[in-house]
Amino acid sequence: MLEVTNLECARGDRRLFAGVGFRLDAGELLHVSGHNGAGKTTLLRTLVGLTQPVDGEIRWQGAPVAKLGEDYRGQLAYLGHGNGIKEELTPLENLAVSARVAGLAADEERDFQALGEVGLASRADLPCRVLSQGQKRRVALARLIRDRRPLWVLDEPFVALDVKAVSWLAGRIGAHVAGGGLVVMTTHQPVSVPGATVRELWLGERGDV
Amino acid sequence: MFEVVLAVVRRDLKLAWRRQADIGAALFFFVIVASLFPLGVGPEPDLLRKLSPGVLWVGALLSTLLTLPRLFADDFRDGSLEQLMLAPQPLGLVVLGKVIAHWLVAGLPLALVAPVLGLQFDLPGDALAVLTLSIALGTPALSGIGAIGAALTLGLRGGAVLLSLLILPLYVPVLIFGAGAVDATLTGLGPQAHLSLLAALTVAGLCFAPFAAAAGLRIAVD
Repeated sequence: MLEVTNLECARGDRRLFAGVGFRLDAGELLHVSGHNGAGKTTLLRTLVGLTQPVDGEIRWQGAPVAKLGEDYRGQLAYLGHGNGIKEELTPLENLAVSARVAGLAADEERDFQALGEVGLASRADLPCRVLSQGQKRRVALARLIRDRRPLWVLDEPFVALDVKAVSWLAGRIGAHVAGGGLVVMTTHQPVSVPGATVRELWLGERGDV
Repeated sequence: MFEVVLAVVRRDLKLAWRRQADIGAALFFFVIVASLFPLGVGPEPDLLRKLSPGVLWVGALLSTLLTLPRLFADDFRDGSLEQLMLAPQPLGLVVLGKVIAHWLVAGLPLALVAPVLGLQFDLPGDALAVLTLSIALGTPALSGIGAIGAALTLGLRGGAVLLSLLILPLYVPVLIFGAGAVDATLTGLGPQAHLSLLAALTVAGLCFAPFAAAAGLRIAVD
């Protein structure tokens, strides 16, 4: 359960939003929307702890995330604007490296399976530098589904994906939520996630463009 | 707990191996700088011997500085720094891993070529041994202290210049004791005191600097 109360964030001197609060239970999806520059990315980065809020509190399972630290980070998976994969390494090596840094045992079978699910089984041994934008995004998604963390924080996850991959990912997010996971995401694309309880959060004022 | 350090070291070594040109460039810079001095100063063995500890150590220092801006910059650009920071591990240990990998890639090779370069300055055998040892002992401190500067200047325009201004003054103690060890060998005083202090700087650098750099990284990605 993720609980946010009275959150206020700023970039430099400019206040992006204040008084944001919501409660997300297991099996729910929060869709954050707003105009460009409304602070969607900042909100997501604040939720995972990359950015510090000016005011307010974020609680995970009842405890403040600042106190949980590594225990909280072990529960969440974040997909940002950058894919967080190394171009010099192959998709398989990228997954193995991220597993080892996270303290998981190396398991090539499991990594290969995740790559198969995102449709990169035949590219598993090519350096990521030769992959297309969409394929690089898929490597990052393979890491997301391989890690099996309960909380997914996804910043524009559908960017660069083709139509088929978009519907696959929407289904995968739906399955994650149906399985008791939590998802916080932003997207500008009109994507419907099947079978999920979707809650909406709008940042900024409705009228202004 | 130290598995994460090992995991990051292995990761960075693998990345460096795939980009060997980067390792070569800094090493080549050190070789060139150290070789230009004997050519410029002229063939006077006494003068060269007197100059050598300082010249070789300044060369090693500048060569280390050359590789520092990229310590975190590549990971910052492609988003993998965020992923490293979100790993369920203390960030200080992740940075320690990166510092150790940086030393293995940028510091250790300097120590290995230093005796060859020392020959150009007509250094005797015992001074060559102390030179190698002092560079091997001192460069981990350079990597550690440098990581703080690299973290603080991450993502800034003109960060590399600022990094030099920030870090070079902090390198002064390492330079003094490193060059001093070789000098003391040449004058027959014995290098033990200098080497002990150099080792102390390295231990302090590796213990504290990664956590300071981790704090800097949190500010940089905020």
